[in-house]
Amino acid sequence: MEFSGRKRKIHTSPHAEHYAHALQFYEQPPTENICLSEFETFAVDRVKLLKTVENLGLSYVKMSDDYNKKLNNEAKVLNFPYRPDSSQCGPTDNDRRRKDHISHFILRLAYCQTEDLRRWFIQQEVDLFRYRFNDLGREQKLEFLHRNNLQYNAISDKEKVALKDQLISSSYGLSGVTIEHQDFYKVPFQDALDLVRARKVYLQAGYVYIPHQDIITIVLNDFRTKLSKALALTARSLPAVHSDERLQPLLNHLSHAYVGQDYSFQKNVGKISLEQIDSLSGKSYPLCMRQLHQAVRENHHLRHGGRMQYGLFLKGIGLSLEQALQFWKSEFIRGKVDADKFDKAYAYSIRHMFGKEGKRTDYTPYSCMKVILSNPPSQGDHHGCPFRHSDPELLKQKLQFYKVSPSGIEQILELVKGMHYQLACQKYFELTHNIEESNFSLNHPNQYFIESQRVLSGGKDIKREMETPQRLQENSAGSTAAREAANASQDLAGMTDLDSIFQDP
Amino acid sequence: MPTSSEYDPDSLPDLLPLYYRRLFPFSQYYRWLYYGGVQKNYFQNREFSFTLKDDIYVRYQSFSSQAELEKEIQKMNPYKIDIGAVYSHKPNQHNTVKSGTFHALEKELVFDIDMTDYDDVRTCCSAADICSKCWTLMTIAIRILDRALRDDFGFQHLLWVYSGRRGVHCWVCDEAARKLSVAARSAVAEYLTLVKGGEETVKKVVLTDPIHPFIRKSLDVVEKYFTDYAHEQAILGHNKSVDKVLALVPEEVRQVLQKDFQSEKTPEKRWDLIKAKASMKKGDDKKQQYFQEEIMLQYCYPRLDVNVSKGVNHLLKSPFSVHPKTGRISVPIDLKELDKFDPFAVPTISLICEELDQPRTGEKESEDKKEKENENNATERRKIRDYKRTSLAKYVKYFDQFLDGIACTWKGELLKKSDLQKQF
Repeated sequence: MEFSGRKRKIHTSPHAEHYAHALQFYEQPPTENICLSEFETFAVDRVKLLKTVENLGLSYVKMSDDYNKKLNNEAKVLNFPYRPDSSQCGPTDNDRRRKDHISHFILRLAYCQTEDLRRWFIQQEVDLFRYRFNDLGREQKLEFLHRNNLQYNAISDKEKVALKDQLISSSYGLSGVTIEHQDFYKVPFQDALDLVRARKVYLQAGYVYIPHQDIITIVLNDFRTKLSKALALTARSLPAVHSDERLQPLLNHLSHAYVGQDYSFQKNVGKISLEQIDSLSGKSYPLCMRQLHQAVRENHHLRHGGRMQYGLFLKGIGLSLEQALQFWKSEFIRGKVDADKFDKAYAYSIRHMFGKEGKRTDYTPYSCMKVILSNPPSQGDHHGCPFRHSDPELLKQKLQFYKVSPSGIEQILELVKGMHYQLACQKYFELTHNIEESNFSLNHPNQYFIESQRVLSGGKDIKREMETPQRLQENSAGSTAAREAANASQDLAGMTDLDSIFQDP
Repeated sequence: MPTSSEYDPDSLPDLLPLYYRRLFPFSQYYRWLYYGGVQKNYFQNREFSFTLKDDIYVRYQSFSSQAELEKEIQKMNPYKIDIGAVYSHKPNQHNTVKSGTFHALEKELVFDIDMTDYDDVRTCCSAADICSKCWTLMTIAIRILDRALRDDFGFQHLLWVYSGRRGVHCWVCDEAARKLSVAARSAVAEYLTLVKGGEETVKKVVLTDPIHPFIRKSLDVVEKYFTDYAHEQAILGHNKSVDKVLALVPEEVRQVLQKDFQSEKTPEKRWDLIKAKASMKKGDDKKQQYFQEEIMLQYCYPRLDVNVSKGVNHLLKSPFSVHPKTGRISVPIDLKELDKFDPFAVPTISLICEELDQPRTGEKESEDKKEKENENNATERRKIRDYKRTSLAKYVKYFDQFLDGIACTWKGELLKKSDLQKQF
């Protein structure tokens, strides 16, 4: 990545490159010069687009009609390529494609810095690419593969006939007839992990047999691998970029934009006493935490996944390390663990959570996305998202037990059915707090807690510090560090307005 | 020879020195983890971790040679040995390298199956207890996973190990397996996972059309054991466990079956009723047609601890380590004898230490004479032969066979390498 040195000099020719195709593999970095304000707008718009990709992925089934429509719309509004159509390559298309190209490379700079940022960026870019690739026509897809040298080995007809039954029963929507007219590609299973994971493909002796309809998986795998390598390379050239006092704050600001509030701030420490926890769990806990709290009170034990999810939540609402140790110990020693064993086997991991052991990372409470997507509960576990990981029947009973009205339960179950777990949780919030419509969008258990406390205290005596993170949260504009970085760079054109630029529509 | 030797956990500190000095198969152990020296520093950069007396846990141990490994283990006499990843640097120097550069590179693909994860479906024992009735679950687990890892994923060098108490481990040692990324490991683990959900989920297996060949073949395995297992566990015998089974069938079927079960008390006949209902359903209801298969899988399908398999840097108890609570040695399981494998017949440390003190038989005495004639190698040979006089012998022998198998692959690698060198 060597464009950092030249690109911020005042322009020579903005249309130096011609973009003939809507979809790119981003193999060549841009080499033209662009002005700072364009640099900024491009970058900010792409962050918005990727945020949309993330949000849509949470509320809709990926590649469903609603998902595609909304994503297409957002791309259109933000001046990114939207309906790829190579037959009409007017000047606007070219501008959009140029913006797509340049903004992608700017964000590489901003998002190569840490493991977490890279993961987020790759995930959203891959989803965006998937949507765009899917939107191509059959001819365009083949042409794209050809142009980017993506060639895969199709198996012979003989092999296809021999494996016919297995192929049919491993892939959705395939029958004997469709198989005949379809190519199958044989690749190492490592190149099609998504299909392997979901058992959507036939696997034999380490090779998967991918029907042409699923070729996107291998293409995506290539895309992901290349992007991941590129980010690692980009990270190495970062020192050079960081020495530029105009770019550095902007890039930092950009990379903070994705996480939103992480609820790791320790301002609340000591505001909550251990005696309050039981009553708070009934009033202000989201269902997932209430379930964990109840489990630890009943069983005097929680397995690792539960301790992490609940322990970090407690840290987020303001328990100090000492309180946390006291809380866990008092419960565990009532179960099968004696005080000595607790100190040896469990105290370490609690101190670890607070960043007092090992790598000394100050771990942040889990967001809804993390709870829903990673580490699903298994036998003996109570963690996870009750809306995602409970049988609907059990969820219904639980809600009845918590005195949610029958019509409310129905609404919640309907949302669960549509896989809108966070919306279901928000509905639960509205029903249990007796408010018509909440004015926030729920994405974090600790946010639930803060909002609940706000409602319960009548919204009057809310302190400024509670409100500030909320505003930032909705703006998705990130943490204090980002704001400080922004403030420290008044000389950067347009920088003072950056917070408003980041506001989500 | 004593038929059995009661193990007393308090005697462990006295037995361990003897075990590590005279019985632990160091040369095989080193041969395994050295992997033929195909990759540089593969053994030297491997993490070991020890659990010492009073649960003191020391991580990031590493050794430059077999001699150093032996010396250290004999000095520290660990209660338990875990094996971790091969790192970018020597693990015992991880504090001296620049932060961020020390990371795990490779490790065997491992699986950990623990009987406690079956607590909701076994009636005979719970938690850490096992008996011959529930051990069938481990047999099924090994059969299913071993088949899938070989046939589906193409791995060949699978070492199955009894954990010493209530579960089994699998070490997939193929080079391709050792090089798998975290994402690939988790994809493999998810491919192999069918039972999903925690305490808040009743129905943990849901099958949809079409049934993947992998599930088909796993069902074939379960079917072989299910009738006997269900009978032994009396899954359809007691009211409570019957309710649990019926909770897994569609509601309208449940009502009919509840009525039928009033008059039909024998578990086998009850299972026949369920099967009959299921095959009837297959004709008309698309959505819930697989409940018979789902019941079988929920009761018998292997339950993996996915997190152990996912991480490259995750530690797992080493083969031939002792289980401090039971005293049993973590021994490799020969799959040719799997159906006969009895966890209670696995030797304890006290048994094999006792066997060592038994007077030798006549045959061995004659060997002793030979040994005296050749005194140079005497100590070395004595050490090699000591374990052969104990019940550990057959397990070490099997381990040797396993290593012979994998040695063929690294011989090939080494040949390729030396060929390359000649070219240049």
